[in-house]
Amino acid sequence: MASGRLTKAAHGAAREGAARGDGAPPATEPGSGAEPRLNMIDIVIIPLLKIVIVFVAVLFGVAYLVLLERKVQAWVQVRLGPMRVGPHGVLQPIADALKLFVKEDITPARADKWVYTLAPMISLVPALIVFAVIPFGGTAHLFGKTVPLFVADVNVGLLYIVSVASIGVYGLILAGYASNSKYPLLSSLRASAQLISYEVAVTMTLVSLILMAGTLSMVGIVEAQRQAGLWYVFAQPLAFFIFLAGGLAETNRAPFDLPEAEQELVGGFHTEYSGMRFAFFFLAEYANMIVVSSVATTLFFGGWLAPFPNVHALAFLGLVPGWIWFLLKVFCFLYLFLWIRATLPRYRYDQLMRLGWKVLIPLAIANVIVTGAVKVLL
Amino acid sequence: MANAPRPMFDTETLVINMGPQHPSTHGVLRVVLRLDGERVVDCDVVIGYLHRGIEKLSENRDYTQIVLLTDRMDYVAAATNNLGYCETVEKLMGLEVPRRAKYIRTILAELQRIASHNVWLGTHAMDIGAVTVFLYNIRERELILDLFEEYCGARLTYNSMRVGGLPLDIPAGWDRKVREFCRIQEEKLVDYELLLTHNRIWLERTRNVGVISGPDAIAIGLSGPPLRGSGVARDVRKDEPYAAYDELEFDVPVGATGDTYDRYLVRLEEFRQSIRIIRQALDGLPEGPIVGKVPRLIKPPAGETYHAIESPKGELGYFIASDGKSTSPYRFRVRPPSFCNLQALRQLVRGHLVADVVALIGSIDVVLGEVDR
Amino acid sequence: MPDEPRPTPPAAARPVEKKIEAPSGPPDPPPPADLAPPAFVTAAQAALGGAITQLSYWVGDWTILTTPARLLDLARVLRDDPACRFDFCSDVTASDWPARESRFDVIYCLYSTRRRHRVRVKVRAADGEPVPSVSGVWPAANWLEREVWDMFGVNVVNHPDRRRILMPDDWQGHPQRKDYPLEGPGELLLEDPLEWLRLRNAQSTAEIE
Repeated sequence: MASGRLTKAAHGAAREGAARGDGAPPATEPGSGAEPRLNMIDIVIIPLLKIVIVFVAVLFGVAYLVLLERKVQAWVQVRLGPMRVGPHGVLQPIADALKLFVKEDITPARADKWVYTLAPMISLVPALIVFAVIPFGGTAHLFGKTVPLFVADVNVGLLYIVSVASIGVYGLILAGYASNSKYPLLSSLRASAQLISYEVAVTMTLVSLILMAGTLSMVGIVEAQRQAGLWYVFAQPLAFFIFLAGGLAETNRAPFDLPEAEQELVGGFHTEYSGMRFAFFFLAEYANMIVVSSVATTLFFGGWLAPFPNVHALAFLGLVPGWIWFLLKVFCFLYLFLWIRATLPRYRYDQLMRLGWKVLIPLAIANVIVTGAVKVLL
Repeated sequence: MANAPRPMFDTETLVINMGPQHPSTHGVLRVVLRLDGERVVDCDVVIGYLHRGIEKLSENRDYTQIVLLTDRMDYVAAATNNLGYCETVEKLMGLEVPRRAKYIRTILAELQRIASHNVWLGTHAMDIGAVTVFLYNIRERELILDLFEEYCGARLTYNSMRVGGLPLDIPAGWDRKVREFCRIQEEKLVDYELLLTHNRIWLERTRNVGVISGPDAIAIGLSGPPLRGSGVARDVRKDEPYAAYDELEFDVPVGATGDTYDRYLVRLEEFRQSIRIIRQALDGLPEGPIVGKVPRLIKPPAGETYHAIESPKGELGYFIASDGKSTSPYRFRVRPPSFCNLQALRQLVRGHLVADVVALIGSIDVVLGEVDR
Repeated sequence: MPDEPRPTPPAAARPVEKKIEAPSGPPDPPPPADLAPPAFVTAAQAALGGAITQLSYWVGDWTILTTPARLLDLARVLRDDPACRFDFCSDVTASDWPARESRFDVIYCLYSTRRRHRVRVKVRAADGEPVPSVSGVWPAANWLEREVWDMFGVNVVNHPDRRRILMPDDWQGHPQRKDYPLEGPGELLLEDPLEWLRLRNAQSTAEIE
């Protein structure tokens, strides 16, 4: 099968590139270019370029995700959404960014100034650096070079994502604490309780996936799905649903958007923030949405793999580059997020906790046990 | 105090000020909450931010000018306020209103009830996080506003009734449009129900939240849908019929447990009953004049009266005292249903969470213009 | 109207002016002789006849007049007597008749959700005279009595929470009193409440012509 061979070859190259990207000495790498000038490009320039591209793409994606959210919600709600800036409002994100840049940056009286300044950064930076290990595709051929389409393939990639992503909640907690205001304080308490509870359930589902794939590397998990010829969503449907619910909760999205529940806590942790600091929280939230969608795509929907590799009639799907498949799947997830937000009411705090601790976590643990047992028995 | 053992962890209650500027206090309601964690220990409802002295103002205005002021109380249901006021003055003067006017008044009042319930359902759902329902409801309310605009030219403060009758007859073809609206509203009700009635989250958010028993609800002075939600079949339209309600058939829905969900179901059913009333009234709309025999100068004889009607919020009562000498009332008093219903909030929210407070404010359905007058 | 300087009437003219206006309270007409009082009135009369000072009937509404001292007794009878069962306190309000010695009427609009009848109870009180709170009988009266206190300054006593409700806590005066000017305090403070009535009547007759 042509597409399969292609991806396999691509993957080999990808491993190679990733190893170099990690800073392994190129001279010991057999098959790498003999000239030192080329190695410089491989070690420094290409990773740097990739970082810049990913960074810009993520920020751009976030900006347009906001527009997409407004548009999708508007369509669901029989409205038009932004229509004024550019045709059909396509330039709205630029106008929004401009507005946020020039807005006054207010620090409330008697706020903890340092923490108050630090909190938005703590929340944004982890959301962005998670993208380092997300494989957007297999490889691409650019200017005669084979470039793997991810910044780094860390062998503990999944662990890295889980740990870095959970730093983000400190941003919310500190923001609520530092604002010297009661609504943000309540919100930060909600946020910490919620994120910690759902982190457990989500991590448990990841454990069962690791059991399936036998690796923590994101690239390795996609590769394992390719070898198994099976997207893990079909092998682990329960894990997928727990991950989805947990993902919604961890990104503070409806119906779990309690920390920023506008109707209850005004704006939650970012009530007192304005201008760019507010924008940082905003960016972080939407970047986190993309992270969760990307992780879900990678873990459950075969990452950059084309669908139906076994159906010969659909072999032409393999001609589409892997990164387009990846983006398509991520888009579907994001759309699902927006759709849910437009449809469902919000959970209450105690109900959320009950759902987390009494339903999702036991289910996730049971899922791990069953997965482990099946794995051992087979 | 000095001898009391020091608790291992000091806890203290948090006083939080919800409103007067808050996204879900429906205007300028201020609720001072005393919280233990997120649980409401006690609350104090502070009102008066929208007090315009409508009662005092009315005592210095002509009877005809007051119709216009009543529009500004419950601005979500202005026509109902007009109706209540006009009927009270008619009662005081012993005026007979022609049947056609009664029927049209009934149609207007029921359209207004649907419009008001649309705003209620939209904001209530939005407070609980279902934003989409709000826009659906506003879409349907828009149709009613169009109907009112065609009838009297105004979209919010209608000034649509006069003492003794109506200023205008219905325009040609208006009844057909009202029927068309009823059809659309009936269809869209199914949409709202699909989004909410069996939604698990909605059920969890509204069931057993703010339960009040029937006797308690009567004692605290609840009226309208919140009272009926507690299982008391009290409806001024049935018990003390006014306008054309005694000639029309409708049911009074009642709830079973008196929680937020029951109040929701009662109001949803009221949509249907209102549509039923409008259809009957249109079918039986008699011919004839729209204004009765009204003296040129409205100057009721000395005396007092209290007259209540069923507004979308509850029992809307007017108490008017005339000194018999003046063309303005000596004492003009409104019994605002939102005001009396809001009084129950303190009892309802105790022991619930912050998130329930907004759900309960929504479920009482207050309009601050009416609470503060 | 406010531009014109108000002519100060000569001392001799004053009593004549006082004759024009000054309603000394609502007429409260007694029920017609051929109208039998409803069961709740006879029941209340039987239970405590002395408390009912007057009975009035006008455009279909029954009004029971009583004194502040006997108000609570009457309220309990009206709520609990099987013939009355006035369990729903629709409204508590007041009206100000400054020409009368006990200038306030405090009016309780009651309804029975079981027997489906209405009655009004009315109490006359002078400025500062204590009127007992009925919020112990009908909890619904709590806010309504606060409003009566806020707007009229009727001295409601034994109220669980007597604060202003619509006006700010530090407000001076009681806006619904007839001697409180419509434009607010400080602009047109009338020394004589009767002056207000005279002006008002003059205005309304001018508008009619």
